Amino acid sequence: MLCDECGKNKATVHLTEIINEQITKLNLCEACAKEKGSDVEQHFGIADLLAALSDAETTTQTPAQGGAVAAKTKCAHCGLAYEDFKKIGRLGCSECYAAFRASLLPLLKRIHGAQQHMGKTPHPDLLKEQKLSSKLHEELEATKQELAKAVKREDFEEAAALRDKVKFLEKKMKEHHPKELKS
Amino acid sequence: MKVDHLLKQTCEWLRGTGPNSDIVMSSRVRLARNLETQPFSHWATKKQEKETLESLESAALSTDLLGGGLHVRIADVDDVDKQFLLERHLISREHIVQPEYKAVVIGDKEIVSVMINEEDHLRIQVMQSGFNLQECWRVSNRLDDAMHKKVKFAFVPEWGYLTACPTNTGTGLRASVMLHLPALVMTKQITRVLQAITKLGMTARGLYGEGTEAEGNFFQISNQITLGSSEEDIIDNLERIIRQVIGHEENARKTLMKQNREVLQDKIWRANGTLRSAHIINTKEMMGLLSMVRLGVDMGLITDIDRRAVNELFILTQPAHLQKIEGKVLSSVQRDIKRANLIRRRLEGR
Repeated sequence: MLCDECGKNKATVHLTEIINEQITKLNLCEACAKEKGSDVEQHFGIADLLAALSDAETTTQTPAQGGAVAAKTKCAHCGLAYEDFKKIGRLGCSECYAAFRASLLPLLKRIHGAQQHMGKTPHPDLLKEQKLSSKLHEELEATKQELAKAVKREDFEEAAALRDKVKFLEKKMKEHHPKELKS
Repeated sequence: MKVDHLLKQTCEWLRGTGPNSDIVMSSRVRLARNLETQPFSHWATKKQEKETLESLESAALSTDLLGGGLHVRIADVDDVDKQFLLERHLISREHIVQPEYKAVVIGDKEIVSVMINEEDHLRIQVMQSGFNLQECWRVSNRLDDAMHKKVKFAFVPEWGYLTACPTNTGTGLRASVMLHLPALVMTKQITRVLQAITKLGMTARGLYGEGTEAEGNFFQISNQITLGSSEEDIIDNLERIIRQVIGHEENARKTLMKQNREVLQDKIWRANGTLRSAHIINTKEMMGLLSMVRLGVDMGLITDIDRRAVNELFILTQPAHLQKIEGKVLSSVQRDIKRANLIRRRLEGR
């Protein structure tokens, strides 16, 4: 099926809009979906993601976020370049999250309205070999430093968010006592 | 061939039982998980995809929920079987494309299933009949724990479970409920309701997910946000919204009975009559008419057939199901005839 907009590329994004009981179907290629992204309010699909990705470039970064990732930056683990991610809307591996952190932070904020996981944490014993403890520790130290900086520049909104994150991480650290695995 | 025995059973989610099952067809929770060390499916080499497939297959089959389950490698089955699994909501459209190194493992009664090497390495899915998201979450959480003991899932405290697409990062949880909302459609309130749902951060889609029309007045409503809230909060929030939608549908049904009783009964009984008489019928026409018959059953107007039988018809009359029942490939014209036959037989209780 070809794209309804350009009629050249293969349509990979299929949208159904319902406006005043009128159902409109749209079959778009990724490039056109990206352009139309802002018109479609329905759900945060690939079109919105790609639109948000291109917007993220122009968004000013806070100093704590350390600026955006350059297009050519590659993930050392899987070799995916940030520009590949922007084209396909998929990351290459779990390490990409660390490699593209500075650009992913505002993107996650835009998609979810949050940047901190508040859900399930696997049983501590399962994460022991995954170096969760050390990752938690590093994370906590880095967050404390960011918090100090935010207080210094009197950015209280940011500071409040960071304080919540410190609390959350400290709670996770406490939970992280090795226990017998329940079967 | 391997999937044939599924034909003989009713999937749990079609049973027509459970809370609010007059309006809620089924509830579903899916969790997205990835192996820590392997690249995500779309970025992996063939060798890596094979490794991921093998390690997740053996992990899934070693759990009590999926041990002894039906294990299907998508590349090993023909197109009708692929479509058949899709129609039963056991695999996604994406899972059919480039099927090499993709698999599905299906547990007892089709309540629990996992897709391997979909957009994420692992997609855990739990389905229940009626409005029962809590149970879906409880079971999927248990399977997640059991599988995490066998393989290492990518997880960091800051961002939770890491997924191929950032729209799933965090809990990796998508909870969804399939609603039958004919009265809201008839009273032209559906657009307003769907708009409100979207504004509240939820997504509404048709019977077969992304990009499908709301055929048969079925709407799938699910959460959009996966990061920044706990699984319980995401489900609570969705449940609250669904309860309101159920309330609106109930009111619309009452209003129709009070103010337009004859019109409503006419629609229901005509649909019933057409389905019991037709000799040729396509999917689209059938979906609309069967939706009216289901409404008739739910409102106590049609009493000689039960909800489960109607629910089953929605799936048994889909193209691949008809071809599996007949045991051969059928053209679209042949399917329209077989579909009408099957519906006539079933509605007459044969």
